[in-house]
Amino acid sequence: MSQTLINEATCPECDATVGFDRSPLNGEIAHCIDCSSELEVISTAPITLELAPEVEEDWGE
Amino acid sequence: MTYTRLRTEERMLLDAFEHIGVDVTPIDLRTEVFNPAELDRWGSYDAVIDRSLSLTNTLTSVRLLEGLGIRCINPLSAIELCSDKLATTISLIRSGVPTPEVRVATTYQAGLEAIEAIGYPAVIKPTVGSWGRLVARVNDRDAAEAVLEHRETLGSAQQHVFYIQEHIDKPDRDIRVFVVGGQPIAAIMRSSQHWVTNTARGATAEGIDITDELRELSINAASATGADIVAVDILECPTHGMLVNELNHSMEFRNSMDTTGVNIAEHVARHAAQIAEDARIPSEVGA
Repeated sequence: MSQTLINEATCPECDATVGFDRSPLNGEIAHCIDCSSELEVISTAPITLELAPEVEEDWGE
Repeated sequence: MTYTRLRTEERMLLDAFEHIGVDVTPIDLRTEVFNPAELDRWGSYDAVIDRSLSLTNTLTSVRLLEGLGIRCINPLSAIELCSDKLATTISLIRSGVPTPEVRVATTYQAGLEAIEAIGYPAVIKPTVGSWGRLVARVNDRDAAEAVLEHRETLGSAQQHVFYIQEHIDKPDRDIRVFVVGGQPIAAIMRSSQHWVTNTARGATAEGIDITDELRELSINAASATGADIVAVDILECPTHGMLVNELNHSMEFRNSMDTTGVNIAEHVARHAAQIAEDARIPSEVGA
């Protein structure tokens, strides 16, 4: 299996493949090119994605 | 570096730390179990830069870590001053930094009197909040009564604190100055047809020169809070000149690096590394 394949996961919304340039970290945000969903890495071995949560009350700068 | 979501900014910072040869450990606060007595683990860090998206996580973690003697960036006192608009206003006034006029009230009736004292239009904001959320402009008494009643009836206890600010008739834009280590490094102008000129609300940004006036104002504002790294938001008032509106202790900058041509991430990383270097106990070797 190539390195590229290791850094791929499946979009939970549309099943498209989501690629990463390098190994992502937990909590990293990604975007699905196919369906435009905002996704979050919830595990890294294997890489698993879920829809990123909506904005919460105490989020900000 | 502590975080709750690894956004573009956090990835840029990790890359910048790597680029300048600083060993940094990303720590996801959502999975962390803190033991306030666990000195050994946290003592191995020279400093911690907070990049949490959640203010609750920020305050909790920085309170714990600073309590253990770890140098946090920003310090807890600066985060508390920047994250609460009332605290920001007080610190700016005490430091002689020009800022919009404000009234504060905690009941419906007092809130109404405060708005009438400020005059219409007035702006009602939650004392804690970001990205322009729940910021309301009231143009007349009817609107004032409606907003206050809704907040008092539906809002949390925190929303019963009515922070009322004079409306600044700014020219469809505001200014943000990025201050790192007490020095302004970049500035943008945010423009919008909407009166809330926040890029999180669709405003567009362009880089601008840091004039002497912006430099002095942003340095003084940052100094008023004691923040190491901060974004200073400035309004141009047609009658009172430049006014500091608020400060952001965990600034977003992904859209400002291209527009200003300034590598903000690297400035932040270098300054954080310098703080860590200064905080390091001479006999210790660690990252």
